[in-house]
Amino acid sequence: MPEVRLSYDIDGDDFSSAGEASVAMKKALRQMGIEPETIRRCSVCMYEGEMNAVIHAGGGRAEVLVSPERIKITIEDDGPGIADVEAAMREGYSTAPPRVRELGFGAGMGLPNMKRCSDELDIETAAGRGTKITMIVRL
Amino acid sequence: MTNAEAARRLGLDCLCPGEEREVSGGYAGDLLSWVMGRAGRDCAWITIMSNVNVAAVAVMAEASMVILAEGVKPDPELLRRAELEGIALYSSPLNAYELSWRLHEALL
Repeated sequence: MPEVRLSYDIDGDDFSSAGEASVAMKKALRQMGIEPETIRRCSVCMYEGEMNAVIHAGGGRAEVLVSPERIKITIEDDGPGIADVEAAMREGYSTAPPRVRELGFGAGMGLPNMKRCSDELDIETAAGRGTKITMIVRL
Repeated sequence: MTNAEAARRLGLDCLCPGEEREVSGGYAGDLLSWVMGRAGRDCAWITIMSNVNVAAVAVMAEASMVILAEGVKPDPELLRRAELEGIALYSSPLNAYELSWRLHEALL
């Protein structure tokens, strides 16, 4: 299988389209015949990253690279950055605003879920410079 | 047991029949990330959340069906997305505990 690149814009305007990039990626992976449990792990990684970009950064961009050995998901935004990465990695820690929590988000599970569902997680972030999250799921 | 069969045995109201899927367990929860990270595949997901994001989480978690507990009404956008994605969406006046108990009995 040659390397396949999937690119998605994450619209940060409203929550009604939130999750669309993740759903589209999931369908694409299924069409490629990727094993279901791998698809599920990638889906969780992608959805959490997508929602973080929507909630905290007004949207962003996602790229998924599928190669025979691994799936690499990169989610990048131009938001405020993560002030305390160590805290954000703890389950239950959230800086989501109340209006977002009312929708069922802000459980403080985003980054922990990404870590659990990926084999490698890398976070590049700086205050005022946005966030780039790279996750690798090995096949 | 299929999702339609589970709905019949639990006395659920059908909002969107969705695709036929096997139900092999259940999960109750309202924090979306928590549900997505923990709910098992092919589960019946019981929740009081009714916004459109429920649809995406149901797809991501590969839930077989979504049951809105305590008579919660779905947002129109959730209903639309459920129809689009083939998600089986049901409602019930019962609470999550009562629904879980009935689901467990149906799965025995």
